[in-house]
Amino acid sequence: MATLLFRNSRAFLLLHNHQHLQNKLPFLLGIRSPSPPCSNSHFLPSFLLSSLRYESTKAQPQLEDLQHHHHQVIDFPGGKVGFTSEMRFISDTSHIRVPCYRVLDDDGELVKPTNQVQVSKELAVRMHSEMVTLQTMDSIFYELQRQGRISFYLTTSGEEAVNIASAAALSSHDVILPQYREPGVLLWRGFTLQQFAHQCFGNTNDFGKGRQMPIHYGSNKHNYFTVSSPIATQLPQAVGAAYSLKMDGKSACAVTFCGDGSTSEGDFHAAMNFAAVMEAPVVFICRNNGWAISTPVEEQFRSDGIVVKGQAYGIWSIRVDGNDALAVYSAVHTAREIAIKEQRPVLIEALTYRVGHHSTSDDSTKYRSTGEIEYWKMERNPVNRFKRWVERNGWWSEKDELELRSSVRKQLMHAIQVAEKAQKPPLEDMFTDVYDKLSSNLEEQERDLRKTIEKHPKDYPSDVPF
Amino acid sequence: MLGVIRNKTIRPSFSAFRFFSSSAKQMTVRDALNSALDEEMSADSKVFLMGEEVGEYQGAYKITKGLLEKYGPERVLDTPITEAGFTGIGVGAAYYGLKPVVEFMTFNFSMQAIDHIINSAAKSNYMSAGQISVPIVFRGPNGAAAGVGAQHSHCYASWYGSCPGLKVLAPYSAEDARGLLKAAIRDPDPVVFLENELLYGESFPVSAEVLDSSFCLPIGKAKIEREGKDVTITAFSKMVGFALKAAEILEKEGISAEVINLRSIRPLDRPTINASVRKTNRLVTVEEGFPQHGVGAEICTSVIEESFGYLDAPVERIAGADVPMPYAANLERLAVPHVEDIVRAAKRACHRSVPLAAAA
Repeated sequence: MATLLFRNSRAFLLLHNHQHLQNKLPFLLGIRSPSPPCSNSHFLPSFLLSSLRYESTKAQPQLEDLQHHHHQVIDFPGGKVGFTSEMRFISDTSHIRVPCYRVLDDDGELVKPTNQVQVSKELAVRMHSEMVTLQTMDSIFYELQRQGRISFYLTTSGEEAVNIASAAALSSHDVILPQYREPGVLLWRGFTLQQFAHQCFGNTNDFGKGRQMPIHYGSNKHNYFTVSSPIATQLPQAVGAAYSLKMDGKSACAVTFCGDGSTSEGDFHAAMNFAAVMEAPVVFICRNNGWAISTPVEEQFRSDGIVVKGQAYGIWSIRVDGNDALAVYSAVHTAREIAIKEQRPVLIEALTYRVGHHSTSDDSTKYRSTGEIEYWKMERNPVNRFKRWVERNGWWSEKDELELRSSVRKQLMHAIQVAEKAQKPPLEDMFTDVYDKLSSNLEEQERDLRKTIEKHPKDYPSDVPF
Repeated sequence: MLGVIRNKTIRPSFSAFRFFSSSAKQMTVRDALNSALDEEMSADSKVFLMGEEVGEYQGAYKITKGLLEKYGPERVLDTPITEAGFTGIGVGAAYYGLKPVVEFMTFNFSMQAIDHIINSAAKSNYMSAGQISVPIVFRGPNGAAAGVGAQHSHCYASWYGSCPGLKVLAPYSAEDARGLLKAAIRDPDPVVFLENELLYGESFPVSAEVLDSSFCLPIGKAKIEREGKDVTITAFSKMVGFALKAAEILEKEGISAEVINLRSIRPLDRPTINASVRKTNRLVTVEEGFPQHGVGAEICTSVIEESFGYLDAPVERIAGADVPMPYAANLERLAVPHVEDIVRAAKRACHRSVPLAAAA
């Protein structure tokens, strides 16, 4: 089944076709009783008040059925609940797992029918090119670490589609709160290979002034928050950022990424619950890649993945094939519209696979079979699948591919050379930004340090610009 | 996290603190905090409050009284009971342009949210090289109250005081509460604002200047509450009142004590402390928190480093007992400093003017 299916908090809703849905919305609006009044409504701009509801109209009839069959309901805070004389426990999971939305099959053939959001030639070519760029950057930077030229690296191998297709579906005004395996979003937004290289070498040109480990990128200019190492902290923070967008009445949402492991953190629970209660325009994208370092998903949770958790919090959710760039693009594009127009959170579970090791500090062959890795690397490779589709459309050729790969490689080699030779951060950068303004005790510490270095220059490294 | 204090009634004023003239206008610390929040919310639409029961219930200690009615539910947010959640949301909102004031029902519960305060709020400006500023205030009662046991009585001044990136303030009087809270909200950096439950109902004289809506105190400056020449007593929060009481008793015995109200734990006003010690040549530090790695330890080190030659006696350090707070009232009393402890320590410092080694 190739249908974009968002799970509503009360009932499934089939969105038959995106365009079709748009035409149908005014009609849906007319027959549906309004949602509980938004407490924040008086500071929201009018476009939000007249928001389109992708909402199911089935909840109310369902309750009426209940009343009819059981003759009694309990008028409980939060809404009416029907009575039943049948003692029945809700089981741990339904018999059929929540299906996974896809647009392209493993051969890159369009699955029909589908309600995908259309992707133009220009966009498709750019998406493919950026996925190739990300793949190339990963393989070269990974080698740099192995050669001891940078201290740490972490690849996105196998997750290129989640990275690039989600970025392509967003507006540059949307605020990204990443985990750490989403550099593709930053790449899409125009962070250059040179800037990636500067950050990994921690030199004076790095936007982060060399203060963070490699891959902890961040750029205000690109609405991309600096990566923070502890997992899941970005989730409630994204709700906060979304709340800020809501207060300002902006036509943008916050988008945050996490892995399957993050969903075990208390922050995940808090973020989902708060997002629903605060009606925050935030899109949660969970990359369920099978492994949290060495912990497989079976040991992480016993639910049907992550998608089912949305409903429990009253959040719309969808499971999507994370290795299908078109499906990710469609789901994120639609989720973004829901988040902004309806001022509500959306959860996306992208099923993908971490083909690389967790990081350069990990050797994943110690805990998973090479056969499993190879299968995902070759058979289910998201870049190859998308490439087949663009090639089939006549938008891309093997020649284009070779030229692109060679050009990206050259750019990267040059960027690395420049970054490696660039000056390391100067001494004053050690003290700035602890606070907005340099405090007197830090000024004093800097003075003392300078004096001491002047006195004992041999005891200090020579590569610190003084 | 909801602890036992949720159901506690608010304690009546502690009359022992009333030593000021009653002729000036009086204001409670509670009203001082409330008016500071009100004025800053009125002045800046980016300021909003969030925490457990800050809205409908008007705050566990009524600090946010009337603010929901005045500013509405979008700026006075009642949150679910998840410190880690609402602190993270506050930090995120601050990352993205709002100025949240996050209330902890007690700072003991801030431990649930410590990762967001230390690893995110305190470090983000630095880690992002100034790209992400975090203008947030974490406020609520800190330290020992009365009869609430170990998990509601911990003083976190030295914990937060040890972390670069944070500013840590501890008001004593109504003037402090107003001036420092307004400064904290206006400050571009994250501020931990440590109040004291037993001071909320306390009244202090306030001048017209303090009551003016433009009033603000500098962060990082201590206040000499009482001038003296024989011994310096440093204190913060509730202990300032104890130190002033001790100074009155000492005066009757011919000892002139200088009392420094630290106001700011981080940055610590080392120049004011050292200038005072260079004048009096003796130092007594007072705090309710634990002695090891405490605020007193830091003050002592600062004086040893900068004014060692001026000291006529070893530094006396008064702190809470090195045990989790007992609940039993008799033991609880023994676990926290009292006025008499300060008086005795000041006398020891004054009467031991010859260094111990030389006397031996």
